[in-house]
Amino acid sequence: MSVIRSVSQWLEERAGLGAVVRPVMEHQVPRSSASWWYVFGSATLTLFVMQIATGICLALVYLPSADTAYDSLLYLNYVAPLGWFLRAVHFWGSNAMVAVMTLHLIQVFLFGAHKYPREMTWVVGVFLFLCTLGMAFTGQVLRWDQDAYWGLGIAASIAGRSPIIGESVVQILLGGPIIAGRTLTRFFAVHVFIVPGLLIALVGLHLFLVLRLGINEWPMPGRLVDRRTYRQRYEEEVHKDGVPFFPDAARKDMVAAGVVIIVVVLLAVIFGPFGPGGVPDPTIIDTAPKPDFYFLALYAVFALLPPWTETTLLLLGPPLAILVLFLVPFIAGTGEKSWKRRPVAVLSVILIVLIVTTLAGLGVIVPWSPHMEAWSATPTPVQYLRGRTPLQLQGALVIQNKQCRNCHSLGGEGGKRGPALDGVATRLTSDQLVRQVLQGGGNMPAYGKNLAPAEVNAVVAFMETLRPANEAPARPAAKVPPVSR
Amino acid sequence: MCPNQERPSEYSSSRRGFLFKLGLALNALGAILVGIPVVGYILAPARRFSSQSWIKLGGVDSFPVGQTRFAQYENPFRVQWDGDAAKVACWVRRVDAQRFQVFAVNCAHLGCPVRWFPQSKLFMCPCHGGVYYEDGSRASGPPPRGLFQYEYEIREGQLWVRGGQLPTLAGQV
Repeated sequence: MSVIRSVSQWLEERAGLGAVVRPVMEHQVPRSSASWWYVFGSATLTLFVMQIATGICLALVYLPSADTAYDSLLYLNYVAPLGWFLRAVHFWGSNAMVAVMTLHLIQVFLFGAHKYPREMTWVVGVFLFLCTLGMAFTGQVLRWDQDAYWGLGIAASIAGRSPIIGESVVQILLGGPIIAGRTLTRFFAVHVFIVPGLLIALVGLHLFLVLRLGINEWPMPGRLVDRRTYRQRYEEEVHKDGVPFFPDAARKDMVAAGVVIIVVVLLAVIFGPFGPGGVPDPTIIDTAPKPDFYFLALYAVFALLPPWTETTLLLLGPPLAILVLFLVPFIAGTGEKSWKRRPVAVLSVILIVLIVTTLAGLGVIVPWSPHMEAWSATPTPVQYLRGRTPLQLQGALVIQNKQCRNCHSLGGEGGKRGPALDGVATRLTSDQLVRQVLQGGGNMPAYGKNLAPAEVNAVVAFMETLRPANEAPARPAAKVPPVSR
Repeated sequence: MCPNQERPSEYSSSRRGFLFKLGLALNALGAILVGIPVVGYILAPARRFSSQSWIKLGGVDSFPVGQTRFAQYENPFRVQWDGDAAKVACWVRRVDAQRFQVFAVNCAHLGCPVRWFPQSKLFMCPCHGGVYYEDGSRASGPPPRGLFQYEYEIREGQLWVRGGQLPTLAGQV
């Protein structure tokens, strides 16, 4: 023991690091902030450190070149010792980082920590949030598979909608005229040098501001933030009822960080690495690209926006949302801190969380996407075929062969893009069915040119049978008897 | 530091001031000399270099009249390390003996690859459900326009198309 002590004394006399670090570690924080609610920030930082460590390990093997990246990922998965584990930890760590950081953002907002004098801390935090999402997107590109390729296509198509500079933006984004070698090296540099550098610098600034301004105290309802009195009251509280950050507050942070890392490792071991998916060959077009979960909500928005609003909302929506996020502490920088007296804040959080999770849920089911194989791979339910005439059976065949099932389901199977055809005869008369098939409309293509008259007759004859036995078929309005009064 | 306090202070302050300003100026010059090429290098892909070129798709006989066939070519502006990503797919519709339509596979909505269904004579997009008729015009769904079309020529029995860049609403093939 005395050897350790003398070595550390020798080091301390020359480096003096202990004298610098000790006051930082042991600075007084409000007793109320040594809470389980305050652990998300440090847990995010722990995940970031883990991402750096595993990312550097992956870079030892990964080849950021369009012709070999895919093979190097397979090599990591199947050949390099523990390569699969590091890829898995990096993937699950990135998911966890986005998730825990979002919790941190919500907690900080609900506890009013963005208010005076911590506006700058919030602004830097929003930059950190955006950088992390940037890491998530660029990381997805480095997993150079079909989803990465077509995901870049989607990004380029959005960029291409910007007025005047669209074409230039697309080419700067892709590093060339197409998605290929120069695109991947660009995204590699962004993912490995530019954004991590920014993140490290911004994390430093964020922590410096937390130390300088003090950790946010537990908000008490009715205790308003006033620019003239807040700092003095905070100092008094810390002086009167403070605890040293280390170990009094830090022990909960340490437990949380440990739990998060262990959960990520467990997920990595159980589920393994994610992808790479299909080979990134643009001539293999039998693919339905999908983003990773953090962008599913955005992906759903693209499908659900009315087409005429799309370009405007795609280009202005995200910048506006980000701007609002930045402006939060300037819109409501003083006053009530407690969520118990901030109904608008609480309702906003609930609303945004509900919207994002609902959209992401829809992004998983993708009800708007045609099922490209449904026409040839999904059987026609037997109950719709039993006892039918040859003409009606012919119609059932036409419905399969003309890809109707790609958008219309029968018996719950098939695309959900259009309405299910079960029970269609209770909604549309035969004349209306003919019109709908020939002319389309309401998001359905017109089949007039692509169906022979005999085929139309057969399809309509079949669809007229599609109704429950106890429900009447649809009747033309003219023939419906007037309601007796 | 100037050890000699007897020196006229105007002289020394003006010399120090000059050196300080010179230092600022030299660093500003250095920043410009390095900064402009750096920005230019990053923005270089936006330079409107000719990213269109004539490309041979194959003999016209390989595209039967009245049918729409899948075709592919290598991007003429490829670099050696592009790998498979340099390959580009397109749909070739032969209207009659002399008339063709060559469509980019990229949906006009957000660029996903559209698939051709000869039975219903429709192109369908797997992403957000855009649908196009056989002549490439928009049938339904979110696309703001029809499929992107290549300019084409027939030279000595070969079908040539003009292309080279990813089609988007801003810049077509």
